[in-house]
Amino acid sequence: MRAQVAQAATRAVNATSRRLGRGQGTVAGGRVGLRIDPGLLEHLSAGRQVVLVTGTNGKTTTSHLVTVGLGASGDAVVSNGTGSNMPPGQVAALAGSKAHRAVLETDEVYLPRVLTATAAEAVVLLNLSRDQLDRTNEVRMVAGRWRAALAAAPWVQVVANADDPLVVWGAGAARSVHWVGVGLRWQLDAVGCPACEGRIEFSGGTWACTACDFAKPAPEAWLERTPGGAARLVRAEGRKLEFQLVLPGAFNEANAVMAAVAAEACGVDAADALQAMEAVEEVAGRFTVRRFGPVRARLMLAKNPAGWDELLDLVAESDAPVVVSINARVADGADPSWLWDVPYERLTGRTVVATGDRVRDLSVRLQYAGVAHRTEPDPVHAVALAAAGTDRVVDVIGNYTAFHDLLGAPA
Amino acid sequence: MSGPRAPLRVAVVYPDLLGTYGDGGNGLVLARRAEWRGLPAELLQAGSDRPLPDADIYCLGGGEDGPQVRAARALLDDGTLPARVARGAVVLAVCAGFQVVGRSFPGAGGDPHEGVGLLDIETVKGTGRRAVGEVLAEPTGVDGLPVLTGFENHGGRTSLVPGTTTVALGTVTAGVGNGGGDGSEGAVRGHVLGTYLHGPVLARNPALADRLLAWALGDVVLSSLDDAAAEELRAERLAAVGGHRRRRALRRARRRGAPPGTGAPAAH
Repeated sequence: MRAQVAQAATRAVNATSRRLGRGQGTVAGGRVGLRIDPGLLEHLSAGRQVVLVTGTNGKTTTSHLVTVGLGASGDAVVSNGTGSNMPPGQVAALAGSKAHRAVLETDEVYLPRVLTATAAEAVVLLNLSRDQLDRTNEVRMVAGRWRAALAAAPWVQVVANADDPLVVWGAGAARSVHWVGVGLRWQLDAVGCPACEGRIEFSGGTWACTACDFAKPAPEAWLERTPGGAARLVRAEGRKLEFQLVLPGAFNEANAVMAAVAAEACGVDAADALQAMEAVEEVAGRFTVRRFGPVRARLMLAKNPAGWDELLDLVAESDAPVVVSINARVADGADPSWLWDVPYERLTGRTVVATGDRVRDLSVRLQYAGVAHRTEPDPVHAVALAAAGTDRVVDVIGNYTAFHDLLGAPA
Repeated sequence: MSGPRAPLRVAVVYPDLLGTYGDGGNGLVLARRAEWRGLPAELLQAGSDRPLPDADIYCLGGGEDGPQVRAARALLDDGTLPARVARGAVVLAVCAGFQVVGRSFPGAGGDPHEGVGLLDIETVKGTGRRAVGEVLAEPTGVDGLPVLTGFENHGGRTSLVPGTTTVALGTVTAGVGNGGGDGSEGAVRGHVLGTYLHGPVLARNPALADRLLAWALGDVVLSSLDDAAAEELRAERLAAVGGHRRRRALRRARRRGAPPGTGAPAAH
């Protein structure tokens, strides 16, 4: 009874806040519902097949890809698709749907709590690296909490990135793990062995501790490239599935492989799942090309050094003008020192405009990187400035709120 | 006697263990500021799996608890840093690195670990909340520097050992700093300088960067550089901290029931 009242309240608040234009109503309604029934996430998950997706980078995109992949079965799938990845956002999504299958993007730190509440069938662990150190936890602490939580959940199937030692540590005590090799570009946070006092050495696509027997587990599936350059999912028993995403970047191919293995763990054929994922063009605004007056801009989100590392490679594929935008609001973390871990040197020689609340930190960083740039505090003006004199699509990379400022800006 | 000067060697110490908080930028700032003045510089990333390389300036940064213990052990095993300092090498040590170059510091469980002992400081695990936020400090341990700005993020509480040649780097005017109860921030002994400030500290405080360069280069007169971007950043950060303090004082005054606009008493 209480759960029904809480669900009705969640839906009502969501509907009201959408009507009032106060946003998607994905958090406000959930908060109200959880206040009425603290067990609401558990109640709403009962009887559903729940997949949780977590990690530092790629959560939103991979959750969407799993959702699309599971949808290939013909079943309805519900997901908290807007990046509201804590219990209020999850409750709000579930309250609005009767779908049997649910995919929940989950904040790294909240994974243990959400795992217990939802009794999830599968958990996808993508990667762990430094992110917003002033407001979240150091990565080894997070990996340790995952490990304890998954050890206590013997029913769950874990889909884990075998190339990330911290993920392997986090998944290592679980009963059933699908190890997937999708690579790890950002290795700097994984050098200290989480199992002992030794160090992890990476070489030739594998890794091992120099002091103990902690090493890369044998993957049952992995991402590889055909001689022709196409991406394919390879299974240890020999099956090979070639695929081509509309979404750009090698990191999205890695996300798709993780999502396909998760779909398979939930009873959907990986080939069907991948085929459905190929058509995805954007995820919650990421990689959207949108207009600002006469100017077109491709919007991308990177919120930490590992994410920037990937997107700087992606924008290096062309010589389009680039706008970089940095804020340091609550959702971004208050300390932008991490800008100094981002290899902005790769933008040398490009047309670069710096913007955002913390444009001054960014400008000093670019100066020391040897990147000539202009500064413009207003992000929409910055896009116009970058486009001046060309008809190119401007590449815009912002961190969390900087990206959403531009996504939500009037056309 | 004139001739080509040997390049200034700046080593970022153990970026694999003490590279978590962007402090590797300090090494880049030092190398670039030398190069911009026509002085050749070499920036070395000194991994913890190799002997410490020869350098004029060593930069240590922040890191997680476990890697911090490993960094201290690696430096003690290597054993060369104290002798290099005795021969004139400059050290900048930040946050976990600052604790590591002291006499002792806490591991993840709070148990004390031996430090390298370049600074006469002792760090213990704090009992309250982590110190997280913007810091301003009036420099006292180094003459002629403007106010220091940075961002702190640490759980340790550091005290200077009395009766030694180690002095505080500055006095905190906003934020926590060392947190040992004396209002101090950082520590200096000779040409070894430790601080809790990230930012990185040398990007936000170019005058401090130039002081370290002057220590390392000795006889060289450093020409002035165009620091307009850094000056704008400093002005913004100083104003941001000032604004926070004003707003906090106003909130306190409101809670006490003072009508707005009557001049809230200063925070205390």
